[in-house]
Amino acid sequence: MTEGNPIAEGVTTAAEDVANAAGPPLLQLTGIVKTFPGVRALDGVELEVLAGEVHCLLGQNGAGKSTLIKVLAGVHRPDSGSLLWHGEETSFSGPQAATKAGIATIYQELDLVDDLTVAENIFLGHEQAAAGFVRRARMRAEAAAVLRRLGHGDIPVTRKVGRLPAAAKQIVSMGRALSHDAQLLVMDEPSAVLAHDEVANLFRVIRELTSRGIAVIYISHRLEEIREIGDRVTVLKDGRTSAVNLPARTTRTEDLVTRMTGRTIEYVFPERAGSTDGAGGTPLLEVVGLTRPGEFADVSLSVRAGEIVGIAGLVGSGRSELLETIYGARKSASGEVRLNGRRLPPGQVSGAVRAGLGLAPEERKSQALVLEDRIYRNVTLATFARYAKGGMTRAAAERAASAEIADELALQPRGVDRPVKTLSGGNQQKVVLGRWLLNPSNRSSSAAGRSRRSAGTRLLLLDEPTRGVDVGARADLYRVIRRMADAGMGVLMVSSEVPEVLGLADRVVVMREGRVVREAPAGDLTEETVLDLVMAGSLLEVDSP
Amino acid sequence: MTERVDVATSPADGSPGAGAHPSSPPPAGGFSVRRWFGDDASEPVRRNLGLIAVLIALYGIGAWSRPDIFLHLDRLWSNELTVLTLASSIGVVAIGMTFVIISGGIDLSVGALLALASVWATTLSTQSYGAAMVVFVALVVGTVAGLANGFLIAYGRMAPFIATLATMVAARGLAQKISGKTTQVVDVKGITDIAQRKFLGLPWLVVMFAVVAALAWVLLNRTTFGRRSAAIGGNGEAARLAGISVRRTQVIIYGLSGLCCGLAALMVTAQANSGSSDHGNLYELQAIAAVIIGGTALAGGRGTIVGSVLGVLVFSQITNLFIVNNLAIEYQLIAQGVIIVAAVLLQQFRVGSLRRRPA
Repeated sequence: MTEGNPIAEGVTTAAEDVANAAGPPLLQLTGIVKTFPGVRALDGVELEVLAGEVHCLLGQNGAGKSTLIKVLAGVHRPDSGSLLWHGEETSFSGPQAATKAGIATIYQELDLVDDLTVAENIFLGHEQAAAGFVRRARMRAEAAAVLRRLGHGDIPVTRKVGRLPAAAKQIVSMGRALSHDAQLLVMDEPSAVLAHDEVANLFRVIRELTSRGIAVIYISHRLEEIREIGDRVTVLKDGRTSAVNLPARTTRTEDLVTRMTGRTIEYVFPERAGSTDGAGGTPLLEVVGLTRPGEFADVSLSVRAGEIVGIAGLVGSGRSELLETIYGARKSASGEVRLNGRRLPPGQVSGAVRAGLGLAPEERKSQALVLEDRIYRNVTLATFARYAKGGMTRAAAERAASAEIADELALQPRGVDRPVKTLSGGNQQKVVLGRWLLNPSNRSSSAAGRSRRSAGTRLLLLDEPTRGVDVGARADLYRVIRRMADAGMGVLMVSSEVPEVLGLADRVVVMREGRVVREAPAGDLTEETVLDLVMAGSLLEVDSP
Repeated sequence: MTERVDVATSPADGSPGAGAHPSSPPPAGGFSVRRWFGDDASEPVRRNLGLIAVLIALYGIGAWSRPDIFLHLDRLWSNELTVLTLASSIGVVAIGMTFVIISGGIDLSVGALLALASVWATTLSTQSYGAAMVVFVALVVGTVAGLANGFLIAYGRMAPFIATLATMVAARGLAQKISGKTTQVVDVKGITDIAQRKFLGLPWLVVMFAVVAALAWVLLNRTTFGRRSAAIGGNGEAARLAGISVRRTQVIIYGLSGLCCGLAALMVTAQANSGSSDHGNLYELQAIAAVIIGGTALAGGRGTIVGSVLGVLVFSQITNLFIVNNLAIEYQLIAQGVIIVAAVLLQQFRVGSLRRRPA
């Protein structure tokens, strides 16, 4: 790790005036550090929020926004740093403490109970009661009053929340915050689930709140929203604050983007193979017009043997769903997937695996590994039947093959008999990748090392291959992935981290809201252009010079 | 790359020579009992040793309370044969249940399926075709009913608890309908012989239990079917994404449990000399309890056949102790409940001590 960019200061003019007028800030964070095993999620974050302002948080995926929110919500306790609330040093023992203090957090996946009514949701956890009996009538009346304050007296308080549209649910969440007398409202990408006119309505509600002195921390990837609703902006990058208190309306877009991009951590990417048979090579994987309503539509792309194709896009852009559909774990509504010209039956994982597809899913622990089981049995999870003879498994053959893979991938520690849960994240990912390097069908017949790959897994789908993996292990994984491609596999990779896509892939496909918006060789794209495409195409259009 | 050996988690690789052949399994010559005991791999065996200790303790109680039986080898032997014979039918059911629970499911219908199979196999018309037909009908009825459970769960996407609860009620009702709630006396010598004959001094029933247990051990530990069952229970989503046909495996697992019920129905029918819709009453609870005591995780993924066999033996031995001491049945039930709670608490305690911190 190298030292980060110096924090941009001195740009605060209008905001500073506000600060001086209002006395101590409502919330002041200095030097907040939070580490998880192998990851330094927050590495000295500064944040200052004034009463009655909308303070925007900007940053790429993995910059530390979610962790910061959870620190404010009392979910995580910072390792060091100070948190001043109303000018007083404070630390929250848990989410209840933060709520009690007056900080309400509205997460992206709203934490409402679908089967309870609007009123019950608003007063969830602090029901109005007398002698243990819930005072339903009073709760309903107060809930209605809260919703009226939000300008939404039209939402029926006796309706089950599950039947409300997304925008109304958000209002209910805000109503819950108000019922707690929140002074600071943290909103994590509230507009992600809203239609355009609903966003306008949300902004109206936010303005009403701020006019009453309530502060809002607003997180969004859409810059035009930040310009419209925000007062000041703080930018996070790699767990650090790269700029504090920039004026939201006047800061130039390039300034914002520059402060979000440019890694302070330099990843080492392996060299590309050079010419990958030229553009004329027949594609290994062809996806034509693949559609799953509500997830992605009309996606066409191709991957050649020996090529790494990266898909860039935000969470929710349909990338993971696309991979799982190609793999057959989800059934496509229309369109087709061809491997070497042969059409794969939709919605059939076993067929896809037999045809030569492999998937390293997004959630390693819940989707890829049997954590309690031994390493070698996890490596052979997809192939043990092929090592078997007459239905009888052959543990010795599986062990030997897994040990070979462990050597090849430099698994640490090397032994294949311990439970996979004892491995670090990076090494667990190697186990998942190693699963698709095995090729039992061909082993006995050919002694040549490389050629055995050809008939095994031919196309590898990687969903966030380095999620939760520490910096050192990443370079390792990058080399493994590149070597798999060099050995003739096609790789289709999804990652939230733009530098990773650009550094590792030969070709990049950019997805936004379920559609492919750009496809280009990785060398033709920069982090800025990809970010621009990914974030609703708005970054450079707003005020390009 | 950083070559970093985490000493805390790799005691086995800590020896100086480990770097030379890091990937090879520990050589047989260097096998050390102490190291093996410290390894995760021996965990099921250690657990089973615990059950054997419990059994020995039960013998100790027997020797203390009834020295006239437990301290005379010939009387102890005949007493233990009684215990094993009583354990055999519930043991066969528990073995089928072991597969179900390892795969992350539950089968509440085993007792009712047993009753249904026993009744169907002992109707006058079935008996008129002779012993082979009785055996055939019992096994087929059990298997088909089990497969029905499997289809409901795998393809009907019903929770195993609900699906087998429904078949439990329905199968018991069907058994009562077929038998007219009467006891159907068995008149086929080949069937009653099952409970009478001995093989090398051991009752046939005990031999059948042993053979089923041995076959099940191979099936679970040495076949692709066993691997699939454990993988589904360990992480069903990971198994599915690795290309394992989860549903087909589930259907077979419940079919297997049904087959075990059919076989147990024959054993019970032979012992009682009759088919009855009351056979197998509360077998589901006893089988589940035995499997859980045997160390199979109710959440699936982990479990052993040996553990289930020992679990059944512990249960039967407790029953036997109460009988030979002329204690009322209610004390026996209380003791069984206490044993279940103790076993599960012990299991959670162990799991908790292994898990360092919640993820």
